Amino acid sequence: MTVTENPTPMGFGRMHRKEDARFVRGKGNYVDDIQLPGMLHGSFLRSPYAHAKIVSIDTSAAEALPGVKAVITGKTLETLNLAWMPTLSYDTQAVLATDKVRFQNQEVAFVVAENHYIARDALELIEVDYEPLPVVADAKQALAPGAPVIRDDKEGKTDNHIFDWSAGDAEKTDRVFAESEVVVAEEVLYPRVHPSPLETCGAVADFDKVTGKLTIYSTTQAPHAHRTVYALVAGLPEHKIRVISPDIGGGFGGKVGIYPGYVLAIVGSIVTGKPVKWMEDRNEHLTATAFARDYHMRGEIAATKDGKIKALRVKVLADHGAFNGTAQPTKFPAGFFHIFTGSYDLEAASCDVTGVYTNKAPGGVAYACSFRITEAVYLVERMIDVLAFELKMDPAELRMKNLIKPEQFPYTTPTGWEYDSGDYPKALKLAMDMVEYDKLRAEQAEKLQRGEYMGIGISFFTEGVGAGPRKHMDILGLGMADGAELRVHPTGKAVLRLSVQTQGQGHETTFAQIVAEELGISPDDIEVVHGDTDQTPFGLGTYGSRSTPVSGAATAIVARKVRDRARIVASAMLEVSPDDLEWEKGKFFVKGDPDQAKTIQEIAMAAHSSLELPEGVEGHLDATTVYNPPNLTYPFGAYICVVDVDPATGQVKVRRFIAVDDCGVRINPMIVEGQVHGGLADGIGMALMQLMAFDEDGNHLGASLMDYLLPTSLECPSWELGETVTPSPHHPIGAKGVGESATVGSPAAVVNAVLDALKPFGVRHADMPLTPSNVWRAVQGRPIRTDLAIS
Amino acid sequence: MSSSNRSRVTIDVDGTRYVDDVEPRTLLVHHLREHLGKIGTVVGCDTSNCGACTVLMGSPDQPQQSVKSCSVLAVQADGASVTTVEGLAGPNGELHAVQQAFHELHALQCGFCTPGMIMSAVDLLRDNPDPTEEEVREGLSGNLCRCTGYQNIVRAVRSAAAALRAQAEVLAEVTA
Repeated sequence: MTVTENPTPMGFGRMHRKEDARFVRGKGNYVDDIQLPGMLHGSFLRSPYAHAKIVSIDTSAAEALPGVKAVITGKTLETLNLAWMPTLSYDTQAVLATDKVRFQNQEVAFVVAENHYIARDALELIEVDYEPLPVVADAKQALAPGAPVIRDDKEGKTDNHIFDWSAGDAEKTDRVFAESEVVVAEEVLYPRVHPSPLETCGAVADFDKVTGKLTIYSTTQAPHAHRTVYALVAGLPEHKIRVISPDIGGGFGGKVGIYPGYVLAIVGSIVTGKPVKWMEDRNEHLTATAFARDYHMRGEIAATKDGKIKALRVKVLADHGAFNGTAQPTKFPAGFFHIFTGSYDLEAASCDVTGVYTNKAPGGVAYACSFRITEAVYLVERMIDVLAFELKMDPAELRMKNLIKPEQFPYTTPTGWEYDSGDYPKALKLAMDMVEYDKLRAEQAEKLQRGEYMGIGISFFTEGVGAGPRKHMDILGLGMADGAELRVHPTGKAVLRLSVQTQGQGHETTFAQIVAEELGISPDDIEVVHGDTDQTPFGLGTYGSRSTPVSGAATAIVARKVRDRARIVASAMLEVSPDDLEWEKGKFFVKGDPDQAKTIQEIAMAAHSSLELPEGVEGHLDATTVYNPPNLTYPFGAYICVVDVDPATGQVKVRRFIAVDDCGVRINPMIVEGQVHGGLADGIGMALMQLMAFDEDGNHLGASLMDYLLPTSLECPSWELGETVTPSPHHPIGAKGVGESATVGSPAAVVNAVLDALKPFGVRHADMPLTPSNVWRAVQGRPIRTDLAIS
Repeated sequence: MSSSNRSRVTIDVDGTRYVDDVEPRTLLVHHLREHLGKIGTVVGCDTSNCGACTVLMGSPDQPQQSVKSCSVLAVQADGASVTTVEGLAGPNGELHAVQQAFHELHALQCGFCTPGMIMSAVDLLRDNPDPTEEEVREGLSGNLCRCTGYQNIVRAVRSAAAALRAQAEVLAEVTA
């Protein structure tokens, strides 16, 4: 094998993953792998209409089919007060439609049968009489006078308005705009896409009538939050609910919320007295689980003629679908969109966001968006290029001129974020050196002479991850702090229990490395337990790149608490005062006498022995903690994309992609790089091929992998990565989150590159996805409406 | 619809012979997972795009090659021999070169595409023991991955190719 040794570093560094052993052998344990005695299978009947009144549902033929155990409709659920459930945005969502359907493929009935083949047969036998209603498929029509009211279930609701939300100082921003030499505006759409993890959503619910205990295995990124919500919704006592999140085949934000399928698996198990499995297929996943983006943005940028940016102003129309199920901290209905001033030092900024209902599936926050930062970064990075286009300036030079300087940190933005640390010019310079920027510009000019179109696109982004300070951030009232428990066994092996839930990000490896760094116990000797609410401390789960900022901090702190206990035990063993001991990774020794030492393993055994300990010290070697972060962490990056565009066909070829990321201290560089590779592929997908389009009747176009295109190995180039290290000053180990950075940062780089190539055609902006047909239209000077198929 | 209409199928899976009565409409992937307990092979889509269900399938007169087992009926596999990711490691649990390389070069994250990706790679390397990067990308284009951005997968497959070639050379020397 060409690779190096297989190191197990006693702390941070490249370490091969502990998780791999089971996955490369097909010995993972995903939800659909779970088989329980007597287990039944459930499947949904879904609506063919985007908006229609339900006149009647006849389930008699389905119920009569041999092997069918139950057919559940909205009427059944109404008797249990479960026909509607609360969403993560304090709205309600139909579990099974009762009055009417509000998006195509909405859940209408649920069949429980002996196997999933019979369940699917039974769906065909259910007769539903629908009365079609006018459809709101276009967010821009949602607030038009006379638009059909989608949420007439809500008392007194006479329109499709959900919320208005603003940030920044509007008055000051308007003033700066009025005084500025140059003002440029642009309509920028971030189209509806879908995270589409390779494993869809599913659950196995097992309600034990004797003990009254519900065990639910499910594809959840937030098992503890799910447990609390089930307790609140179903009225089951929380200690009688055990949520187990086994191995998850990717989440990408699509597995944060609670879906009707989870609820129906539970109801099905309660009704039949047997475990019930629900596993959706890809079409159901794409059409009915959390979408991402769908922000219609009007950006305005104010600057001087020589390119000093003064202010940004944004109006957003946010399409939330039929139920506001957006997953974000309660006080932030537009997530962290107001971080849209990005990496630049501006005088003023303001934004207004309006959310509307449409006849589409709920969602919005997903797909590595860090709570709408994808949209924020895309907006600002596009507006910078639009300004560069108008000023005829090089976009790299324009960025360099306006970046926040290293000495300005901690930096408070015009909309109130306090960035923790950054050295932006260094990262941008590194990316430009890696790509040999000047040489590329020369090549571009030369090629243009020959009638060949290449483009260079830059995106410089600042992320905000690690939600978050409990004072400002909660989800359904649950503060966003996370617990950790660490127990060192007598023989010096350890168990770390976490509230966060990996979906492939390597927590079982990297969290063991954090303990190893703090205690000097080999990561191979540390078992990381997560995803079982009976076994792990409370916390809010993994999304928003919050695992390292919040749980990573909790892990370092709980390990330090154990070390403090170990110091006392060692002092009793060595018969010296604790103050006379010094710590060297893995052992305490007496100051000035290094031979007088006790290893952490010896200390662990002694802590469980008959050794007499000082008054008040209970013995054993364990600790618990809850970490309430003081601020988010703000990783950043400089991305450069190089493309070749054929204007005759509209074909875009991504030739190179340079990604410089700075996430502070890197716990495991190998894993960070893998996270970045994956996010860059997302960027290519969103920029060039992914779209959830709808026709005017609300039919979902792009509801399978035949049309909703995911990048393959052929569309992805060999990524070129670079790094700088600017630690987070407030984080116990200086580490920032990073998982979503590449998904947040890369789409703008790709789009900017394509539009850079199209500059000779006078194209200033075109919306994603830049498919061959859209690029071709842009070259022809034709308008693009990518949010609807009816362009 | 249920038990009346069943066909007997005999399939060798990972070296063990299984004889079962299945409905003709049963997909091979469901037969493997639900009847034979071979849950290492997974399902990622419903339109034959993702390749997560890839296994090797052959018959007495045809060598094994990769198939998407969601697009094969179990009855079509009657008399066939099938290798899944669970049958790839050696008798003492030693990993196949492709499995080993996936681990060492961090070619997996959530692990969901991994079984199918590994089986496609094994098939690719049987056809082409020394593929270029482009050939690997082309050869794996029927397998979607959402986590890795493919780069480490490509590196792992080429690394495994080198290891397999070295193994073959040693074997040739020993037998010469």
